[in-house]
Amino acid sequence: MSEVWLLVGLVGAATIAFKSVGPVLLGGRPLPDHVAGVVTLLAPAVLAALVVTQLVGGDREIVLDARLVGIGAAVVALLLRAPLLVVIVVAAAAAALARALV
Amino acid sequence: MTRARYREGARAVAPIAVAAFTFGASFGVLARTAGIDALAATIMSGTTFAGSAQFAAASILGGSGGIAAAVLAAALLNVRYAPISVSVAPLFGGSPLRRLLEAQLIVDESWAVSRRADGRYDRGLLLGAGLTLYVSWVAGTAIGAIAGEALGDPADLGLDAAFPALFLALLVPQVRTRPALAAALLGGTIALVLVPFTPAGVPIVAAAVAALLGWRRP
Repeated sequence: MSEVWLLVGLVGAATIAFKSVGPVLLGGRPLPDHVAGVVTLLAPAVLAALVVTQLVGGDREIVLDARLVGIGAAVVALLLRAPLLVVIVVAAAAAALARALV
Repeated sequence: MTRARYREGARAVAPIAVAAFTFGASFGVLARTAGIDALAATIMSGTTFAGSAQFAAASILGGSGGIAAAVLAAALLNVRYAPISVSVAPLFGGSPLRRLLEAQLIVDESWAVSRRADGRYDRGLLLGAGLTLYVSWVAGTAIGAIAGEALGDPADLGLDAAFPALFLALLVPQVRTRPALAAALLGGTIALVLVPFTPAGVPIVAAAVAALLGWRRP
């Protein structure tokens, strides 16, 4: 329980700090260009890693299971330009169905 | 005059606010898989107000990745708010506390709608849009978290498959440029290679190295 509150506190503090960099700390000065280039690529790099680890990650092993069925359904939903919530629900339903059938 | 701009900002994000509400509701539901209860999930949405980082932190903590990896991954996802806040810094005035509080309304969507055709940013649009999204996000989280407690076991519902689908959906609009696509492919590969050898959470943090592709010679 206390671990959850530590997480909430630390993630909140870090985010508040990042959002305050421009308006409070730098007071209008720009970030150096070479740093800005790296920062813009952090989100795609970390999100891709999250896709991989949440999809096939296990306890120090690659695990292939019903999650693959779920992501397959999600890809179809994304190609059909479904809203985010629909994509999530379709993925969960497909995985649950695959588990119920096997 | 200014009040009209706030309203315009609120109207501009109205469709996104509906999405933010449902997205917040899904965070409330999925946070349970990490043992984050309704109160903690709602307070997290109120203080962090950044969806992808909150989902990342919850999924890593729930996947026994440890608190350090969870916090670090969330921080890496939110570092982008430093340059984003720099780009709109001239819109903020008054005491440091006031600037600090108003700056929390900066999120990807409020930032995007406040950008005018001439490349400058509009304060009324930014704050009106940000406040609308904030209320939707926090209310959605609370309702989702409370409703989620009535649902059954997260694994039976396929919620573990919801996370990769969610991150994929968040990734797609981020990889519209070649450098971003390259960083995503490299980051995903680094994570895949490390999964069998490192504790959970490490592959995600290590994948951030891929962002160095964006380094420009000073």
